[in-house]
Amino acid sequence: MTRTDTPTPAQPAAFARALHGARAAAGLSTAGPLIALALAMVFFSFKSNQFLQGQNLSLVTQQVVEVGVLAIGQTLIILTAGIDLSCGAVMAFGMIVMTKLSVLSGVPAIPAILLGIAACAGFGLLNGALVTKIRLPAFIVTLGTLNIAMALVHIYSNEETIANPPSAMLFFGRTFTIGGTDITYGVVVMIALYALAWFVLSQTAWGSHVYAVGNNPEATRLSGIRTDRLIISVYVVAGAIYGLAALLLVARTQVGDPNAGGTDNLDSITAVVLGGTSLFGGRGVVVGTLIGALIVGVFRNGLVLIGVSSVYQILVTGILVILAVSVDQLSHRRQRA
Amino acid sequence: MSEPEPVFQARGLVKRFGHVTALSGADFDLYPGEVLAVIGDNGAGKSTLIKVLSGAFHPDEGEIRLDGELVHFRSPLDARRAGIETVYQDLAVAPALDIASNLFLGRELRRRGPLGQFGRMLDKRAMRREASNALSELKVGIQSVRVAVENLSGGQRQGVAVARAAAWGRRLVIMDEPTAALGVKETAQVVELIKRVRDRGLPVILISHDMPHVFELADRIHIMRLGKRAGVVTPQSHSMAEVVAIMTGAAAAPIPGA
Repeated sequence: MTRTDTPTPAQPAAFARALHGARAAAGLSTAGPLIALALAMVFFSFKSNQFLQGQNLSLVTQQVVEVGVLAIGQTLIILTAGIDLSCGAVMAFGMIVMTKLSVLSGVPAIPAILLGIAACAGFGLLNGALVTKIRLPAFIVTLGTLNIAMALVHIYSNEETIANPPSAMLFFGRTFTIGGTDITYGVVVMIALYALAWFVLSQTAWGSHVYAVGNNPEATRLSGIRTDRLIISVYVVAGAIYGLAALLLVARTQVGDPNAGGTDNLDSITAVVLGGTSLFGGRGVVVGTLIGALIVGVFRNGLVLIGVSSVYQILVTGILVILAVSVDQLSHRRQRA
Repeated sequence: MSEPEPVFQARGLVKRFGHVTALSGADFDLYPGEVLAVIGDNGAGKSTLIKVLSGAFHPDEGEIRLDGELVHFRSPLDARRAGIETVYQDLAVAPALDIASNLFLGRELRRRGPLGQFGRMLDKRAMRREASNALSELKVGIQSVRVAVENLSGGQRQGVAVARAAAWGRRLVIMDEPTAALGVKETAQVVELIKRVRDRGLPVILISHDMPHVFELADRIHIMRLGKRAGVVTPQSHSMAEVVAIMTGAAAAPIPGA
């Protein structure tokens, strides 16, 4: 009876506690992602002398814009302990709605844009209503609406790319120059949206309620908050954000592309998770998501520059996600204990 | 003996669930400033009674009066609006939020001026200050209200829940098994807290299984049996064994003042 090879549960617990302590000390978990981003940038700047050049960094930010904006909506939803697999397809739907309405149906640019954003918000309403009123898991609901949105994209576009959208739709693809580096207005919009999301989440009652409902839905309901309405509002806001991502994508690619948004749902979840937001809900900061999106963008760009096949980029992203989720799981287990 | 008017009163409460009658004409009286313990065996209708009183269930029959006024609670929110706060056994707090946010959850303070009105910005400073006051008034030993609730002990967490109820409960506080999830030492802390809430003059309805605590805290003990009030006794008039006998139907009990 003196076997000593039994596992000691104290060790992972202590590890998780240390991790959690480190995260708490770092002002809610942005330090880890920030260090990862810095290390990746240092690594690629040593490996490739092009990496740190202004035009390349500008390219990284432009490539990050759609996923970066989608990931804001994804963060809101994951904070409520939900998840949204439909975001990329919903964005593609918004993109087709706004371009087809203006190019083929003659709707003026601004109403067409607003209708595209409204279509995306409508998908958010559908997701939110199914999650709260029918009490279906968000994973299943958004898997369904992912397929619905994708099908609608192909039906409505007749599988054709819609070219020559009106110039008003291309505004956010234009650039201005700072110190010889081109920056698109789309990047500015993304950063402004992150600032707005930060403000709303950290400085308003709605933001506190979003954290609370992901953290302990029952306690939130008993506190007198209408949790169903709150969660629906989160999905609708996220949908509208996907609509803005659609507009930014039109501006960047200058077409309505029925094949857009393919893996953006997973990429946005990757950005959220790398940014330190817990998939269990109720914990995380939206600024972390921006860092997460930049990590994904830097890896994609850097690995291309040093001539690594794209298969390995996906491999690296996968490893990063599992690492980030493991940290989340370990610190979560400690809190349950 | 001229008794004061009850703060909270119910007459002839009936609640049926299909074929099961959980409450079959239950009465209830809570007087100002008292701790009234509600006890009863499992299935005696104790928790149904509490859910009706706190607005979670609607009674099929009977009436509830708050300070003599007839009230109809459609939800726990209605009861809260009427000044009745409930503390639940399973620590109904959001663990990742800090103490101040939990105390003000659903009742946040907004900043004055345009930042609050148009920016809908929270007045975190005022919320922290008031949360800190609420906790120190009840002597809940916590250094900072900026600490996330999950970093507190179970007793401290329940302390936050009790402080929230005491801070917002204008009429009375209902405590539903507040110590059921706690250890011995933490239970003792919460028992002290309940005494302090009572000392501030707020009447408390305490639902508990724990006889020693019931006898330590309660001014009167309301005993439920078979969906009715079997009797109301005091810790002075009856022993624990006699109370258990009334609970199980082995003895009858008087209903003073009813």
